[in-house]
Amino acid sequence: MAKRVNVDTPVKIDATGVSHRELNIKLREAVANGAQKIQLHNVHGQRYIGTDLNKPVEINIFGTPGNDLGAFMDGPQIIVHGNAQDGCGNTMNNGQIIVHGHAGDIIGMSARGGSIFVKEDIGYRAGIHMKEYEEKQPVIVVGGTAQDFLGEYMAGGILVLLGLNLCQGEHHKAKFVGTGTHGGVIYLRGSIEQYQLGKEVGTTELKGKDSQTLQKLVGKFATYFGYDAEKILNHKFIKLYPKYLRPYGRLYVY
Amino acid sequence: MKTYLPAKFIVERNTERCIRCKVCVNQCSFDVNCYDAEDDKIKSYEENCVSCHRCVIFCPTQALSIQKNPLEYRENYNWRPEAIEDIIKQAETGAVLLTGMGDDKTQRIYWDHLVLNASQVTNPSIDPLREPMELTTYLGRKPDRVELNEDLSVRTELFPQVKLEVPIMFAAMSYGAVSLNVQESFARAVTETGTLWNTGEGGLHPKLYKYGKNTIVQVASGRFGVHAEYLDAGAMVEIKVGQGAKPGIGGHLPGEKVTAEVSQTRMIPRGTDALSPAPHHDIYSIEDLSQLIYALKEATNYTKPISVKIAAVHNSAAIASGMVRAGADIIVLDGLRGSTGAAPKIIRDNVGIPIELALAAVDNRLRQESIRNQASVVVSGGIRNSGDIVKAITLGADAVNIGTAALVALGCTVCQQCHTGKCAWGICTSDLFLTKRINPDIGAQRLANLLRGWSIEIKDIMGGLGVNAIESLRGNRLHLRGIGLTDTELNILGVQMAGS
Repeated sequence: MAKRVNVDTPVKIDATGVSHRELNIKLREAVANGAQKIQLHNVHGQRYIGTDLNKPVEINIFGTPGNDLGAFMDGPQIIVHGNAQDGCGNTMNNGQIIVHGHAGDIIGMSARGGSIFVKEDIGYRAGIHMKEYEEKQPVIVVGGTAQDFLGEYMAGGILVLLGLNLCQGEHHKAKFVGTGTHGGVIYLRGSIEQYQLGKEVGTTELKGKDSQTLQKLVGKFATYFGYDAEKILNHKFIKLYPKYLRPYGRLYVY
Repeated sequence: MKTYLPAKFIVERNTERCIRCKVCVNQCSFDVNCYDAEDDKIKSYEENCVSCHRCVIFCPTQALSIQKNPLEYRENYNWRPEAIEDIIKQAETGAVLLTGMGDDKTQRIYWDHLVLNASQVTNPSIDPLREPMELTTYLGRKPDRVELNEDLSVRTELFPQVKLEVPIMFAAMSYGAVSLNVQESFARAVTETGTLWNTGEGGLHPKLYKYGKNTIVQVASGRFGVHAEYLDAGAMVEIKVGQGAKPGIGGHLPGEKVTAEVSQTRMIPRGTDALSPAPHHDIYSIEDLSQLIYALKEATNYTKPISVKIAAVHNSAAIASGMVRAGADIIVLDGLRGSTGAAPKIIRDNVGIPIELALAAVDNRLRQESIRNQASVVVSGGIRNSGDIVKAITLGADAVNIGTAALVALGCTVCQQCHTGKCAWGICTSDLFLTKRINPDIGAQRLANLLRGWSIEIKDIMGGLGVNAIESLRGNRLHLRGIGLTDTELNILGVQMAGS
């Protein structure tokens, strides 16, 4: 019989020299034993951390987790004290990932729910093909900016790019933003040129409901990373939305 | 715009037999037959007819027959009616031609150029009616060698396997492409027979979770309906990279088919297009494929084999080698004639290679590299009968997927209108009026009957060859001979000319 752990003291796991498979076994064991807080130390590129966990456990990661952090994840809160790599929150169902640094490519790809907060920049193809269904709505909030193909094929969810590290007058960098999008919404703080947007994307000013959403999300972002939400919100935002529910409706003869 | 398209078919109605019962009117989902109350006559808008034979079969007095419209263009080998009519359609719409089912063109069907051996005099054939014959097949990675401990327990790490009582599975068809009643028919038939059906990329309807241990759950580029519970439900997880009917392109489930229940299973809003991108955006290389394979192994805690499906293309053998090294436990190859619920016609009929050649090339390559044991090989794409299946296994396959054959068992007449969503047989549609036409009780029985019939035939062929286990047949190409093939073809297939 495995020993029960005290739920308040974090379970510490040293990941030095441990493969992803062994590390996930340790995580599963700790969660099965009732741990509610887990600390992973010396993480060094191990992939798939937290992949099959479905309890609302808090996992603090010190070091650099590898690709597919929290892929298919269903409930835990993962806090990365460092940078995250590619595929963070891939096809995530529920839970939260907070990255105190940068994150790589395809974060939140095909996510169905949950939220990802990144303090700095993110890579290519973020939020690609995110979905939503009724109350399940994935969220990505990024403090910095993103690379190309942001929100491509987006079918739902909310993407927020705050551009806090952009200089005065500097545009967001991503091109082909929202190509093929047919659902969801992207909020940009700062500016973007028309040529950077996919042709299925429309731009508009915020409405009352948008501001409420942003207040909530930016409020959380500010709390996690120690910013003043008022200051962030006191700036011009634009909203990108899908112009068509069926972007490729007229592609076929029948 | 006035259409220049002539009617393809003529509906002949024998007015002496017709009793004006209106069955044909109600059965036709393409708005061909209609009742004229004033004249008390049934009339036909023949330009809409697709020759699906629904009205012919259900007419209680056999009053109907359908014929090709004999309207002949001036004969021209190059400009055949299909070429002319395709251009007319595109000139009138400016769009991509869609179609359903598999490639219907005249590329060589190699199954028809392969013949099997039988025992005569020098070795005895086996009578399957009085001797046990083994069709059981295990799919999954096999170890290079097995080592035992002193107490004879197995020391070697073994990998998860899926057991099939017959080496025939139902090909992936998503909920949305086909109806729930069709999927339930599949699920119940395979549960009875001891094999697997495949969810396709549309998620798994809650009603079908109970058939999980006979279910392959698919993860495709749209990731529709993929979540932990779904992955846990299946006996195997399949990553779909490509499909024989449309290699290299994605899929668009049109918004009309995304009904309330389909939207719930796929987890997207009702009425939006369900777009599956052409590539998986987390797979741009063999290394990336490996990453997704292991993500799924982690997500299922290494309890299930992970299969990867690709379309058969020119370099399939090299890709297959990479897939095995990436950790795929099962490789699924879908050939040129692989079927679809909807694909651009030009892709369906022109892209990809015949499954027979791809299978032979992949099996060869994996053997040469001594990694054939590391993955099972499953093939699909145009398999019509048990003879094709035995030939596929003899060429090196572990098992086959059947798609069109299974649908034909349910009533499909291969009229190739799947993409319209109007299937009069109630198969490839989400229209609730039509989906009722498949009764899962009867559907499951028809499918189980087909599998039973084919199993008996496979045993008969095996008995004739003097083989009593399907394993002894696998990759045993000496049992095959080619007829009417060139040296190059024989060489790629790895079989000798008949008579040699």
